[in-house]
Order: sequence, then C-alpha cells, then structure tokens
Amino acid sequence: MSTKSIGAEYLKGLWDENPVFRQLLGMCPTLAVTGTVITGLAMGLATTFVLIFSSLVVSSIKKLIPAQVRIASYIVVIASFVTIADQFLKAYFYPISKAMGPYVPLIVVNCIILGRQEAFASKNSAGRSLIDALGMSSGFILALLVLSTIREILGAGTFLGYQIMGAWFKPWTIMILPAGAFLTLGVLLGIALAIERKTMRN
Amino acid sequence: MELVAIFISAVLVQNFVLFYFLGICPFLGVSKKIDSAFSMGLAVTFVMSITAVVSWLINNLILIPYSLEYLQIVSFILVIASLVQLVEMFIRKISPPLYQALGIYLPLITTNCAIMGLALIASLNEYGFVETVIFGFGSGLGFTLAIILMAGIREQLDLADVPEPLKGAGIALIVAGIMALAFNGFIGMLT
Repeated sequence: MSTKSIGAEYLKGLWDENPVFRQLLGMCPTLAVTGTVITGLAMGLATTFVLIFSSLVVSSIKKLIPAQVRIASYIVVIASFVTIADQFLKAYFYPISKAMGPYVPLIVVNCIILGRQEAFASKNSAGRSLIDALGMSSGFILALLVLSTIREILGAGTFLGYQIMGAWFKPWTIMILPAGAFLTLGVLLGIALAIERKTMRN
Repeated sequence: MELVAIFISAVLVQNFVLFYFLGICPFLGVSKKIDSAFSMGLAVTFVMSITAVVSWLINNLILIPYSLEYLQIVSFILVIASLVQLVEMFIRKISPPLYQALGIYLPLITTNCAIMGLALIASLNEYGFVETVIFGFGSGLGFTLAIILMAGIREQLDLADVPEPLKGAGIALIVAGIMALAFNGFIGMLT
C-alpha cells in the first residue's frame, strides 16, 4: 500500500518515476509516433485513456483475481480498452489513426500499462490508482511532447502543422527518419540523467 | 520475385528494430554480449515464425469469415501469450539443449511488442499464407541481425570513453540511430 500524499502520488510520474526518461518503459511508441506533434499527442491521450480505465478496473476487482492468472486477466482488461480506443480513433479521427498504423493496437503491449497494474493498481485502492495512472500518463505525454516537438520543428520547420521557422530554415530530413528518433531520445536520456545527477548533488 | 522482395524488405529495409521500433526492450536489454544476443535472436525468430502462421490462421479462418475483426487485438494477444507458454513446454520436453540455450529468453518474449507487431503488420499488409510465413521468418532474422550487430558494437563501447550521463541506454540509442541511418541505405535495393 502506498502512503504518499495525493499530490506526491501524482507528481512522481512527471519526473522521479517518469516512465520514459527514468524507467525506460514504453520506448517503442515513444520512438515510433513522435515524427509529428499531433500523432505524439494522440498516442499520449489514447494511452492515458487505456491506463486510467485499466487501473480503475484492476484495482476494483483485485480481490476477485487469483494470483496465478493475474497477468492474463490484466492483459484481457487492457486489450478491451485498447480495442475501444482503436475503434474510436478509426471512427472519428481516421487520418490520425491511419498515420499511426499498427501503433494504436500495440498500446496493448506497452509495458507502462501492464507495469502499473502489477506494481500499483493490484495493491492500492481505486482512487489512489486513478491518481497514479494520471501521473504516469502525464509523464508519458510530457516525454512524447518534448520528443515530437523537437523532431517536428527540426525535421519539418512546423509545430502542429503550422510553419514556425522562417524561409532561411532548411529542414533536417534525418529528424523525420527513424534514425532521428533514436538520436534525439538518446541525447534526451543523457540530459535527463545529467539534470538528475546535478540535483542529487545539491 | 515478390517473395524475395518481402524477405529482403523484412530483413534489411523495414527492419523490425530500426524501422518499426519494435522489440526495443530486448534490443537494449539483452545486447551486452554477442552470445546472449544470438540466443535471444534465435528465440525471437523461432516464435515469430510460429506466430506468423498461427495469427494468419486465426485472422483468415475465424475472424474475417465471421466479421469479428474488432476482436483482433484481444485474440492476438491471448494467442501469443499462450503460444509462448506452449512453445516453452514443448522445447523443454523435446530438446533440452535447445531449452538450455533459449530457456530464460522465452518468457521475456511474451511481452515483446515485436511479436504482436508482426501479427498486426502482416494483417494490415493483407499478406497471403506463404507471404506471411516468409515475412515472419525474415522479420525474425532482421531482429537477430540488428541485435547481434548492436552487441558487437557495445562490447567495444565498454572500452570507449563515453560521457558519464550517456552511459547505458543513452549511448545505446545513439548507436542504434547511426545503425538506422546505415540501414536506410538498403532502401535502394527494392526500387
């Protein structure tokens, strides 16, 4: 059982236990859909939806699930909410869903979600799990936004599709390519660790 | 010719790790030594080939004929999870030496997004049966190639002077980026 205050429970997901920068979880979607800010944001919101509702359901029915089959049960719960998110995106935001390809259904294997069920929702109350899920998703969205903003501005000179760099700017094609995703995230991880070291010393 | 193109594309051009960003966790986690990288690659290739066959059968014999495509995510993930368990029990019974080599890597594969990605991408591309099998096997080989190359580079990196905060995952991702750039050159092979 977690005994943190509600505020601390939420804030830990933003930095101390940030899923991408500190725990290195959910790397696949982080790299794959951050070519533009809009797909990064859509992935963040879809993952938030799945994480919040899975955490609520798992923490509410935790006493009914036998320990031996808990992982399988979590996966079924998660897969159901991923299906809802996938169908919703297909129905109302078809171009975005098309641009994200297989990565919306792949939320089901995003280790952030299964990790939070096993590490948190299965041991804490529904209210606390909701706060934890909100914190973790905010941390995930933060990471996606930082990465996709850098990649879209440098790679296309745009932000959310609007031109923001002047005519002098020559887009760096590499940032749109898969290589740009790896390089940017690698450098960001280094920066995150350097900041952490610095604050630890003080 | 079509099949050769699918194979080359799966191994080199649309490499699972360096193009689709799938299977990043084992790619970063099990790439410190060439030996273990090779075993992991072998285990992934094995499971991918079987998954390709089974997911094609489920998709084309059950889900599509009965218009149940919306159950794709739930059914694929359950089938993959149980399949890995079955494969593990089967190998332990049939070939203890192979089990020794793959043993600890098999359970890790259940949560490997590359396996689920394979099933989904094969169904998105609407491959026929033979194409799916070639695609599954080729993707596994592509993963093996990427992880062995990575392990080889990382063994050398141990001796290099890497800035403190970049040690570990940071430098591994930057190396992967340079590899992705090199693999980008293979695009010319298909045009």
